[in-house]
Amino acid sequence: MSNVQSLYIWIPLLPLIAAAIVGLFGRQLPRASAHWITIAGVAAAFSLSVCVFMNALDGHVFNGAVYTWLTSGGSQFEVGFLVDRLTATMMVVVTFVSLMVHIYTIGYMHEDPGYSRFFSYISLFTFSMLMLVMSNNFMQLFFGWEAVGLVSYLLIGFWFKRPTAIYANLKAFLVNRVGDFGFLLGISMVLYYLGSLDYAAVFSIAPQFADTKVTLIPGTEWSLMTVICILLFIGAMGKSAQVPLHVWLPDSMEGPTPISALIHAATMVTAGIFMVARMSPLYELSTTALSFVLVIGAITALFMGFLGIIQNDIKRVVAYSTLSQLGYMTVALGVSAYSVAIFHLMTHAFFKALLFLGAGSVIMGMHHDQDMRNMGALRKYMPITWVTSLIGSLALIGTPLFSGFYSKDSIIEAAQFSQIPGSGFAYFAVLAGVFVTAFYSFRMYFLVFHGKEKWMQSGHHAHEQQHAHHDEHAHDADHGDSHTDDEHEEHHGLGPHDKPHESPWVVTIPLILLAIPSVFIGYFAIEPMLFGNYFHDIIYVNHEAHGAMHMLAHHFHGAGAMALHGLTSLPFILAASGVALAWFFYMKRPDIPAAIQARCSLIYYILDNKYGFDSFNEKFFAAGSRFLGGKLWHYGDVKLIDGFLVNGTAHLIGRIAGLVRRLQTGLIYHYAFAMIIGVFLLLTFFMKI
Amino acid sequence: MNAIQYDVMTALPEILVLCMAMFILLLDLFLKPSNRFLIYVLSQLTLLGAAVLTTVTHVPAVGYAFSGLFVDDPLADVLKLGVYLSTAVTLVYTRQYTALRGMFRGEFYALVLFSTLGMMIMISGQHFLTLYMGLELLSLCLYALVALDRDNANSTEAAMKYFVLGALASGMLLYGMSMLYGVTGSLNVSGVADALLSGAPDHGVLVLGLVFIVAGLAFKLGAAPFQMWVPDVYHGAPTAITMFIGSATKIAAFAMVIRLLVQAMFVLAVDWQGMLVIMAIMSMIVGNIAAIAQTNIKRMLAYSTISHIGFLLLGFLSASLNGYASATFYILSYVLMTLAGFGIILLLSRKGFEADRLEDLKGLNQRSPWYAFMMLIVMFSMAGIPPTLGFYAKFTVLQSALQAGFVALVVFAVLMALIGAFYYLRVVKYMYFDEPEDHSPIVAPVDMKLVLSINAIGLLILGMLPQRLMDVCAYAIIHSIQ
Repeated sequence: MSNVQSLYIWIPLLPLIAAAIVGLFGRQLPRASAHWITIAGVAAAFSLSVCVFMNALDGHVFNGAVYTWLTSGGSQFEVGFLVDRLTATMMVVVTFVSLMVHIYTIGYMHEDPGYSRFFSYISLFTFSMLMLVMSNNFMQLFFGWEAVGLVSYLLIGFWFKRPTAIYANLKAFLVNRVGDFGFLLGISMVLYYLGSLDYAAVFSIAPQFADTKVTLIPGTEWSLMTVICILLFIGAMGKSAQVPLHVWLPDSMEGPTPISALIHAATMVTAGIFMVARMSPLYELSTTALSFVLVIGAITALFMGFLGIIQNDIKRVVAYSTLSQLGYMTVALGVSAYSVAIFHLMTHAFFKALLFLGAGSVIMGMHHDQDMRNMGALRKYMPITWVTSLIGSLALIGTPLFSGFYSKDSIIEAAQFSQIPGSGFAYFAVLAGVFVTAFYSFRMYFLVFHGKEKWMQSGHHAHEQQHAHHDEHAHDADHGDSHTDDEHEEHHGLGPHDKPHESPWVVTIPLILLAIPSVFIGYFAIEPMLFGNYFHDIIYVNHEAHGAMHMLAHHFHGAGAMALHGLTSLPFILAASGVALAWFFYMKRPDIPAAIQARCSLIYYILDNKYGFDSFNEKFFAAGSRFLGGKLWHYGDVKLIDGFLVNGTAHLIGRIAGLVRRLQTGLIYHYAFAMIIGVFLLLTFFMKI
Repeated sequence: MNAIQYDVMTALPEILVLCMAMFILLLDLFLKPSNRFLIYVLSQLTLLGAAVLTTVTHVPAVGYAFSGLFVDDPLADVLKLGVYLSTAVTLVYTRQYTALRGMFRGEFYALVLFSTLGMMIMISGQHFLTLYMGLELLSLCLYALVALDRDNANSTEAAMKYFVLGALASGMLLYGMSMLYGVTGSLNVSGVADALLSGAPDHGVLVLGLVFIVAGLAFKLGAAPFQMWVPDVYHGAPTAITMFIGSATKIAAFAMVIRLLVQAMFVLAVDWQGMLVIMAIMSMIVGNIAAIAQTNIKRMLAYSTISHIGFLLLGFLSASLNGYASATFYILSYVLMTLAGFGIILLLSRKGFEADRLEDLKGLNQRSPWYAFMMLIVMFSMAGIPPTLGFYAKFTVLQSALQAGFVALVVFAVLMALIGAFYYLRVVKYMYFDEPEDHSPIVAPVDMKLVLSINAIGLLILGMLPQRLMDVCAYAIIHSIQ
C-alpha cells in the first residue's frame, strides 16, 4: 500500500514536469520532442492512474497530507490527496482523454508555430485538473480550480493574434471570475463557520450545522448550509457553464479544437459537477440548495439545446450540446443522484471528446472551414471520421446499449422519481431535451456527412458571406478560418476542385480509441456505479428526504433489461422522432427549415441572439462597469487617490525625507547630541520617580 | 536550568578562531605578496573548522563554562553558524574587491577573524563583562577595518566618527550595566535575572540602568534615534567592510539583546517593550523615509538596515518565545538579504570604480540579465514582496506583534513597508527600464558568481519553503530561553 501512496504525488507531477520542460525549453528542443516529452508524461500519469484505480477498486482509500504549506492561526493549509473511487474514476477519465488529445494534437496542430507552447499548456492543464480532483481539502481544490481556469484562459486565446480569440478568452476569464467569487465566498464560509478546510473534517462536522441560521444582512436569516451550498454552486455554475454564467463556453470555441475536446467538453467544465458530487454530504443538508441546483440545471439542459439547432458552425453545435449535457448532469445532482451525475460525466467525457475530435477531423479535412453549410457527403472521403462521429452522435442522443443511453436515461428517471421542488419542471426539461438533442445532433450529422458535396458550388461564396457576417458581429466568433496569421491565410475552406481527405493516423487512432468506451462503458459500468456499493461512503444520500436514487435502484433489473425496456420508453421515441425530423428537414425537404425560419422570425431572432444574454451582459454589466469605472477613475483615482493621497503623501514624504536628510549633517557633535537627546527622551518617558 | 559544568571544550570554536587569527597575523609577515591567497584559504578553513566544531559539540541543552561567564546553548550555536556563514560569504564576495584596492593583506583577514571572535564571545556571553569584552573586541576591530584604506579621506572620517560615537555608546552601556550591578549585586546574566525575579529593590534606578543599556544596544543595532552613525559609516567605509558591518555584526548585536533584555531583564519587559516600541517606530520612519532621498546605494542600504532593525524590534514586543523565534528568523533573513545586496554592488565594482550610485545600476538587465534578476530578488525580498524570504520574515514578526495586541503598530509598520517598497522598486526600475550608462563587462571570479547566485536564489527558495528555517529558529529559542 505504501508504494502506491508514493505514486500519488507523481501522477500530477509528471505532466507538470513535462509541461515545464517543454514550456521553458521548447524553443531550444527539436519540434518533435515537444510531443514526445508531454505524451510520455501523460501516458505515465495514465498508467499510474489505472494502477490507482485498480487499487481503489479493491476498496483502498488514501486520505492524507503530502506537504504542509502554511500553518496560520490554527488552520493548516496543506497539499493533500484524497484518493477513493470517485477520485480514481476521475483520474482515469482525465488522463485517458488527455492522452488521446495529446496524440490527436500531433496531427491537428501540425503546422502551427506555437506547437511546443500548446503541448506545454495541455500538460499543465492535466496537472491542474489532477490536483483538483485529487485534493483532500478546499484550498487545494481552489488552487486546481483556478489553475484549470488559467490554462483554459491561455488556451482559448492560444491564437492570440485573432481579436475574436482575445475577446473570447477575456470573456471566459471575467465570467469565471463571477463564479469563482461565489466559490471563494463559499470556501471562506466553510472555514469561518465549520473551522476547517479538510474535507473529512468538514463532512463529519457539517450535520451539526444543519439547522444553524446565519444573519448575513441584518433582519434576515438564512440556513447556513443553504448559503454555503449555493455559494459553492455559483462557482460550479461558472466553471461548468450553467445559465446564466454559461455565456463564455460557446465563445471558448475560438481555441484550437483539441482543447475544446479536452477542456471545454470532457474535463474542466465537469469540475463543477465533480465538486458538487464530492460535497454531497453538504448538499444533502439543504433541500433548498438542491432545488436551486435542479432548476438551474434544467434550464440549461433545455434552453441551451434549442440554441444548438440554429448554429451553422460545427464546433458551436457541439458546444451547445455540451452546455445542454452539463445541464443534464446538474439535474442529476439536484435530484441527489450524484452517482448518476458522475456516471454521465464519465460517459459524456468519452463521447463528447469523440464528437469534438471528430469535428476537428472534419475541420482539418475541410481545410479549416467550420461552416456546416459548406460541407456534405463527407462520409465518402473520411470514412473513419464518419463512423466514429456516428457512434458519438448515437451515444449522445441516448440510443439503447450505447453508453449515453444508460447515463441519460438514468437522469431522466431520477428526475421523474424526485419529489423536491422544481423536479416536475426538470423532468419536463430533460425529456424535451432528448428530442432537441437528437434533432440538432443529427442535423449536424446529416449536413456534414450526407447530402450533396456543397463545397463544390458554394465554397468561396459562403466564405465571403461569413466575412460580411463577421464584420457585423465584430466579437461574435463564428467565422470559418482558424488562423489569421498571414502564413495560413491562403488556405481556409476547400476550393471547388479540392477534395477533403481522411486525417492522418494520429488523428484517427484517438477517435477509434474514444469510440470504444463511448459504446460499451455504459453497459458495464451502470450496475456497479449506480446501484452497487461503488460510491459507498464517498457519496452520501439522505434517502428519506431525497429518494430518487432509491427508486431508481428499485426499478433497475440489469443493463440488458434496461436497454430492452428503453426501446419502448418515451425518451427513445422522442430521440427517434428527433432523428427522423432532422432527416426530413435536412435530407428530404431542405426548403422547410428556411421557410420556418422566415415564418417564425421572432423565435429565430431570440435564438440567434442566444436569448439576449450576451447583449444584456454587454449593455448592462460591461457598459455599466465601464461607466462606473470611468467615474471612479476620474473622481476616485485621478482626483482623490492620485491627486490627494498618492501625490500628496509622496510630496509629504519627499519633504520629510529632505528634512531627515538635512538632519544628517555629517558633524559628529550633532550625532552625539542626537544620541544624548535620545537617552534623555527615553528617560523622561520611562522614569517614574 | 540544567546547569552542566562544561570545561574548556565548550569554547573550542572560539579558541580555534583565536589561534588561527594570531597565526595568520604572524604568517603574513613571512609570506610573499604573491602567496597571500594562502591566507584567504586559511581564513575560510578557520571558519569552516569553527562551524564543524560548533555543530559537533551541539547539544539541545544549555551548558555553562568558565564559572558561568560563558554559555553554550542552541541559540548560541545557531547564531554562531549564522556568523560563520555570513563572514565566509563576505570573504568570498570581497576577495577581488580588496585585491584591486590593495587591501588583500593579512591585517584584513586577521581583523575579520578577530571581529568574528568578538561576535562569538558576544553571542556566548553570559556575564556583563564577557559581553562587554566581546563587544569591544568587535568594535575595535571594526574601527580599524573601516580605516583600512587609510589614504582615503572618507574612510578615515567614517572610522573617526564610528570610533567616537561607538565609545560614547559603550560608555552608556557600561554605565547602565553598573547601575544594574548596583541594584542587583550581580554581573551574571542569570544572577541578575534571579535577583530581579526575587523582587526588584529600586525600580527607578533599574529603569535608569535599562535606558542606558537599551541606548547602547540600539547604537550597535543601528536603531533610531541612535542611528546617526549608520549612513556615514556605511557610505565612508570600503564596500567590503560595509558589507561586513551590515551583516554578521547584526547577529551579534541581536544576541546581546537576547542576553541582556530577554534573559537578564525579563522582569522589566514592560519597560523595555515601551522603549522598543518608540525605537521601532522611529527606525521605521527614519529608515524608510530617508532612504527615498538617497542617491547612493550604500547610503540607501544603510537606511534600509535601520528600517529592518525597526521591524526586528517588533519581534521582541510580544515578549514571547514565538516572538523571539520570529525575530531570530528576521535577523538571519536580513543577513542573507544584505549579503546578496552588497554582493551585487561588489560584483559591479572594478578597479578605480565603486558601483555605489543608484545610476550605476541603470540598464543592468541589458548588461547582465541574470544578475539583474538576482538583484530583483534581493530588492523584492528587502521590500517584503512574496514569495521571497523577506516577505515571510516580515510576516512572522508582524504576526507575533499582532498576537501581542499591537494592532496599530502593525498597521503602521505595514504602511512604512509600503513606503519603503518605493525605493527598492526604484532600483528595479533602474535596472529594467533605463538605458545603461556604462557598458563595461562584469568581471568576477567564478566562486563569487556561484555563491552570489545561490545566495539570491536561496532568498526565493527559502521564501517558498520557510518552514525548515523557522523550525530551526523556534528550536534554538525554545531550548535556550526558559
